[in-house]
Amino acid sequence: MSEWQPKILAILCNWCSYAGADLAGVSRMQYPPNIRVVRVPCSGRVDPLFIMKSLQSGFDGVLVSGCHPGDCHYISGNYVARRKFAVLKPLLEFIGIEPNRVQFSWISAGEGERFATVVTKITEDVRKLGPSTRLVKKL
Amino acid sequence: MSSIVIDTSASRKVKELLRFLLDSGKIDAAVTMRKIPENNSYDLTLITDAPDLDEAVPVIPVMTVNAGQVLSSISTSGKKIAAVLKPCELRAFVELVKREQGSFENLLTISYTCGGVFPLELVKEGQIEELLPKYDKTISKGEVPINTRDTCRACEHFIPMNADITVSVSGECESGKGCVMYLNTEKAEEFTEGFGGERSEQKFDPSLFQKTLDARLAEKGKLFASITKDGPGLDGLLDLFGKCVGCHGCNSVCPICYCLLCDFESANFDYNLPYFEEYLSRRGALRLPPDTIFFHMGRLTHMSFSCVGCGMCSDVCPVGIPVAAVFKKTGEKTAALFDYVPGRDVEESIPVMVYKEEELSDIG
Repeated sequence: MSEWQPKILAILCNWCSYAGADLAGVSRMQYPPNIRVVRVPCSGRVDPLFIMKSLQSGFDGVLVSGCHPGDCHYISGNYVARRKFAVLKPLLEFIGIEPNRVQFSWISAGEGERFATVVTKITEDVRKLGPSTRLVKKL
Repeated sequence: MSSIVIDTSASRKVKELLRFLLDSGKIDAAVTMRKIPENNSYDLTLITDAPDLDEAVPVIPVMTVNAGQVLSSISTSGKKIAAVLKPCELRAFVELVKREQGSFENLLTISYTCGGVFPLELVKEGQIEELLPKYDKTISKGEVPINTRDTCRACEHFIPMNADITVSVSGECESGKGCVMYLNTEKAEEFTEGFGGERSEQKFDPSLFQKTLDARLAEKGKLFASITKDGPGLDGLLDLFGKCVGCHGCNSVCPICYCLLCDFESANFDYNLPYFEEYLSRRGALRLPPDTIFFHMGRLTHMSFSCVGCGMCSDVCPVGIPVAAVFKKTGEKTAALFDYVPGRDVEESIPVMVYKEEELSDIG
């Protein structure tokens, strides 16, 4: 396999999306092996700088996923996260990061199928965009 | 609410008011710009003795420090203080109060319609005196003074928001009405009780400043366009921030950046030997100091929506990066998402501190 493969960081919340990924695995659903998973206690834990830093370190895309709004294990973590991501979006645009490189999604523990779909989608989106060149630290 | 007609220059009248307040014991201290004759400069000064007010120049287009930042530590002393603030300084202070870094309780705020301030490099010996007559003439015509800070020329919030006392300095003088001191709050009425001067019931009329506003908005369009002259994106960003030497001066003069320990000066960004070894094991070279652009992006995510556009950061930048213009531009975008105007209302919550259950359905 010499063809370029996108490298995508998936930051998943412990209570919903990580369990969703688990379900996808247990159910033997097929999805691209391009994601590298980091488990966080809550999507509210995700500092926008994590996303910037991963793009800088050479990731081609970032997926952040948490519980559906209203279902947060910590009541409101994902609402706060949603606001932070809303602020981050125009900043990414300003830097020149294509909108599809950084995606957010809400996946519950029961949505193994949705997890597989989301991962397939971001992998294809990023594959279309090609390797990330902006923001990648060269020196 | 009433107003006081100003029969002399706005600066002199405000000085008279401060003297009255100190003499009558209504305040313990005044915060105002003052001439420092020994070094021929103007500086923000905390004054408790009325005679020291002699050299005070409350209305002057100089900002050596954002007074909102300085007030944050003074305002919680329990002493009664009157502060003469530029509109953006007042807005910065409002943002700090929201972050529990100050209090309006013992504070009387006096602000004025601001014509913009000169960059600090022009505030050298005598130079400012030469520039002042032309500056006054330009603002009385409702035009934008040249030589002032770029973000000042592009500032549309030159009319103070929620000051106790508003002094109109520019527009009205043009229409031949003279300058007026408007008392906006009960507190202002209370403090000025017994202060001389002809009273009237005149209300502040923002429409008199329409011409200034139009001129400023036109300048803003020009400034914002100049920031992305090479198109948005990293290439443009590298052009802008590539020169950064990582002194963090913009951070230390920023009135919004109040954290005692900035994330970027904390152990999170402590570059030590293991960091260098790990990094260099993957790449052959590392630019020093590391993460200068990352620092600005971090600041953008942390406080851009609260940026009041005072321009201190651009002014202190040793390599001439237009930091303030970038922050003002991106800040307006992020603040607009939540219909937020920094410093508009002290009751308004900081966008990332609150949430609504039904909103932003396009995310996720």
